[in-house]
Amino acid sequence: MARLRALLPNIILASGAFVVLLPFYWMFLTSIRSPAEIFDVSLWPIPKVFDAGENYARAANQVPMARFMLNGVIVCLGILIVQVLTAVPAAYALAKLKFPGRKLLLTLVIAALCVPIQALALPLFVGLAKLELLNSYFAMMAPFFLSVFAIFLFHQSFRSYPDEIIEAARMDGFSEMEICWGLVLRGSLPSLAAFSVFSVVAHWNDLYWPMIVVTDINLAPPPLGMLFFSDVESGANYGALMAGAAIITAPMLVCFLLARRHFIAGITMTGVK
Amino acid sequence: MTPQSLDLTGIGKGFGADDVLKTIDLSVRPGEFLSLVGMSGCGKSTLLRIIAGLERPDRGQVSIGGTDVTETDPSDRNLAMVFQSYALYPHMSVRQNIATPLRMRRLSLGARMPLIGRMMSSANALQEIEASVMQAAETLQIAHLLDRKPAQLSGGQRQRVALARALVRSPAAFLMDEPLSNLDAKLRAHMRDELAALHRRLGATFIYVTHDQVEAMTMSDRIALMSEGRIEQLGTPDELYGQPATLTVARFIGTPSINLLPVEIGAEGVVRLFGQDLPIAAPVRHAGPATLGLRAEDLTITSEGLPLRVFRTEMHGADRFVHGHLLADETQHLTLRLSAGEQLAADADGIIHISFAAGRAHLFGADEARIATSLTERAAA
Repeated sequence: MARLRALLPNIILASGAFVVLLPFYWMFLTSIRSPAEIFDVSLWPIPKVFDAGENYARAANQVPMARFMLNGVIVCLGILIVQVLTAVPAAYALAKLKFPGRKLLLTLVIAALCVPIQALALPLFVGLAKLELLNSYFAMMAPFFLSVFAIFLFHQSFRSYPDEIIEAARMDGFSEMEICWGLVLRGSLPSLAAFSVFSVVAHWNDLYWPMIVVTDINLAPPPLGMLFFSDVESGANYGALMAGAAIITAPMLVCFLLARRHFIAGITMTGVK
Repeated sequence: MTPQSLDLTGIGKGFGADDVLKTIDLSVRPGEFLSLVGMSGCGKSTLLRIIAGLERPDRGQVSIGGTDVTETDPSDRNLAMVFQSYALYPHMSVRQNIATPLRMRRLSLGARMPLIGRMMSSANALQEIEASVMQAAETLQIAHLLDRKPAQLSGGQRQRVALARALVRSPAAFLMDEPLSNLDAKLRAHMRDELAALHRRLGATFIYVTHDQVEAMTMSDRIALMSEGRIEQLGTPDELYGQPATLTVARFIGTPSINLLPVEIGAEGVVRLFGQDLPIAAPVRHAGPATLGLRAEDLTITSEGLPLRVFRTEMHGADRFVHGHLLADETQHLTLRLSAGEQLAADADGIIHISFAAGRAHLFGADEARIATSLTERAAA
């Protein structure tokens, strides 16, 4: 009984991991199988006919995969840089400066966390259309420049930075911007890593907004590109489609694994200390 | 930099409805070691932060060396502050920590930037800074720690780095906010000596905030004792101990605490303790209830006098503290200080008799202010 109790958490976690990982495994499996085996329900990792080469070559050659990836990098980096540039000073001000209305502003930030992008899609689309900015990188990035999630995350982390160090810095002659970027953010690098992972993964995988504002295939980020790809193939070649999906998922996996330790430190330390 | 005077006139500060500081006037002389001492919440830290410029006063004026700096930014006041938590920059080495105040003053923004800074700063300025850092580090005997990070240092070492960072820029005055309170007792006593020695050597103006009266008494030229946002008394340690201006000062200064007994000042000015006339007289206008303050060392054991039932003695090495209740009023607790060799001539019931030299007694009126007394011819009954 005691052994079962010790094992129980592991069993629950393992079954959770199984549910989460299965689609990825299935994607990978499909990407190396031949079309004849696609609808085989077996989870056996070695296909009868090993078709990985053909599937991946097809995914890479049929559509401009490199172009999609580049678009994804441009959009994700653009969003991330502007988000950090705007959210860090805002979070610093909310966490460490005294000014009237601070509590109200912080409440508004938290309230804004509850507004989904879908609710804003129509006005944003109309606005971008009136400005004739549709079908541009800017249209894909602009709605995400101000991230209340980033402000909230950095606020939680900055709050625990010792006030006395900030005061010592003021007496030494640091400007508020130097304190904000050079000291406070520097003390919260795990949060920056965590937020970067959240932001890049979310926008790399985003299909919804690019699909609304971009019709030019040359501007498409990877998920939208995959959509064009499946249209071209009229959904027949699942193996190649999954090979494409595997290709666009890989960078995110690498990105997460590199930042994993900081990412975990970042999301666990933003809680109450 | 020659030491500067520092003047506060009519400083007031409130947070919400409470007045944390009520009209503070204080002049610190150049080169003086002045302590601001008081219970927590008395406003001493707020006052220091107002001097530093980290907090703005609601009213009043701060001047340094005769110049009004009330509206000046903290960094332009040329003051150095040592914080209770030391407030070292965690990502910088000890060397960089000490150099920072100089880098911020002497190097341009571009020269302070990482990477490109090296190219933009003149070799001369960097060398001067390095030399000043070495000198400060040697003064505080931390030259061997220069390449460590603050996290790798002990509390005492961090304290020294914080001091070095303060003194490297030769400020107009040093502000210290309970700098020793995070150290253990032994190290604290040691650092007390070092701070006093540092003050003698630099001859700089020190303003030192503490809640520990021992620190204030041992290091200061003058002490400003604060209570509830006011300065109760400003004076030398001797004055505060020997002539406390108010009951609050008398209670705060001295270990063990002063003994306080209720007395009555009669219409003719005579002071009565439990119905007995004492050989001291007070001005008649203070007639009414009053408090008599007696230091533990001013009480002596005599064959007659106030009977006291001893309930505990405490050995302190050279001294022995004797605690007892007055037989006349069991709620009154008295403490005597005896030298360790002195006999405690208690009878079988643990009762001793005590008396005191009337000239050493302190008298406080109903308003808690000190009352000047004179000895009378009349002997105690």
